Amino acid sequence: MTEPLLTVEGLEAYYGDARALHGVSFSLEPGQTLALIGSNGAGKSTLLKSICGLVTQKRGRIVYRGADIAGQAANAIVTRGIALVPEGRRLFPSLTVEENLQLGGKVRRPGPWSLAAIYELFPVLRERRRQLAPLLSGGQQQMVAIGRALMSNPDLILLDELSLGLAPVVIRDIYDLLPRIVGNGLTAILVEQDVTRALNSASRFLCMQEGRVALAGEPAAHSREDITRAYFGT
Amino acid sequence: MEWMNAIVQGVLVGGLYALFAAGLSLIFGVMRLVNIAHGDLIVAAAYLAWVIINATGLPALASLVLVLPIAAAAGYLLQLAIFNRVLGKDILPPLLVSFGLSVILQNGLLVMFTVDSHKLHAGALETGSFELMPGIDIGYFPLLTFATAIAAILGLQVMFYHTALGRAFRATSDDAEIALLMGLDTRKIYATAMAICMAVVALAGVFLAIRSNFDPFMGPGRLIFGFEAVIIGGLGNLWGTLVGGVALGVAQGLGAEIDPGWQVLAGHLAFLAMLALRPRGLFPRMAG
Repeated sequence: MTEPLLTVEGLEAYYGDARALHGVSFSLEPGQTLALIGSNGAGKSTLLKSICGLVTQKRGRIVYRGADIAGQAANAIVTRGIALVPEGRRLFPSLTVEENLQLGGKVRRPGPWSLAAIYELFPVLRERRRQLAPLLSGGQQQMVAIGRALMSNPDLILLDELSLGLAPVVIRDIYDLLPRIVGNGLTAILVEQDVTRALNSASRFLCMQEGRVALAGEPAAHSREDITRAYFGT
Repeated sequence: MEWMNAIVQGVLVGGLYALFAAGLSLIFGVMRLVNIAHGDLIVAAAYLAWVIINATGLPALASLVLVLPIAAAAGYLLQLAIFNRVLGKDILPPLLVSFGLSVILQNGLLVMFTVDSHKLHAGALETGSFELMPGIDIGYFPLLTFATAIAAILGLQVMFYHTALGRAFRATSDDAEIALLMGLDTRKIYATAMAICMAVVALAGVFLAIRSNFDPFMGPGRLIFGFEAVIIGGLGNLWGTLVGGVALGVAQGLGAEIDPGWQVLAGHLAFLAMLALRPRGLFPRMAG
């Protein structure tokens, strides 16, 4: 059996006194894509933010490549090879496209991604490289956000709501490129409101409900009815 | 010609105000910290220079070789030890801490150096001048101050917009949380910004101390001039800060030409007029 890349054990996360995650556990092997599904407020984004260190109030273990990273700062976790594409893109508005990408490459790990490789994946970004990030369309901004995360050559990429606020044709284009992004053995956790698209893109899924894991496994191993029941908590 | 002379002298003194303002602008730009102690830090740098000159016999301007790195190191430690602990979404705690620091600095300087004023001396440089045209003399020292302000702001501008450090400053200013995900240690980024700010503060302190007497309580006045220059020039625009300093200096010069008692008042009136007519200043930073 392959050694897990990531193992989350009994993870609890808090915003002040409010508990957002209630003992979440799962593991992920190298090269797998995990679809993280669930209704609004289920704790999907909190789980991603906990893994990458942005949520600091937490209990439990997050074991990555054999080391518990639960207590580490976000800027240390990225050096271990975990990158986040945040919900809403959150590009740096005072930086150009290229500067956003360069900053993503501040932590440079060995791997296939470079500025040239990102421009090859998203040619439009090369044309727009000197523009300030907010001047791009939503789809182009999402490309920058993905490119910025890839620039560090992560082993695990956390993709939070890639399709949020984008036109259907743009969403399709980005998902068409997803196999090229995760095709190099990159492990991914994909948070997506479009459940069908998420399940089609993933080798495993984890359905969350009110901060807990409601159902997990391989998409083909569960009926859509089971998944729907877990999604809505019925 | 007297009016022309007042304008020229105002422009030159504007360089000093720009030096007061540049560090303030940098710190606000990077970490949204309104540092009430900024003026007192300028005065503290002047005292540091005075101590170093008395101990080593260095000429006033040469003391910058020591004052500048010491101030920068102090700024780095000040940020790590104090300001980083209170920086967050609420701007009030750092504001209050900087106010407290201001009080501590003033009283600390009073205890150490008494209320007597001091001055740094730069010999012929301080008093020498050349005639630009009949009725307008340019002092070497005011000209050097102005040139230093331009050089400092040019340096900050290049650093901010054309270096990896500047990119890190801008990113941290935009979104500190996401900056962490880029591997930036935002605490050290803030400390580095404060160190650079304090290096400019050191320049401002030494030039202030050569230009005029200083005492432990003149910090708040320098803070006001710095604030006014930043607001007149436009928040977040370094070249605007220079223009703001010059506008303030010219307003004061023209006020003094009308009546010597109106010098400072005229600067404040120019500031108020700017707030009323262009509240975002002459050259506000482009939004998003």
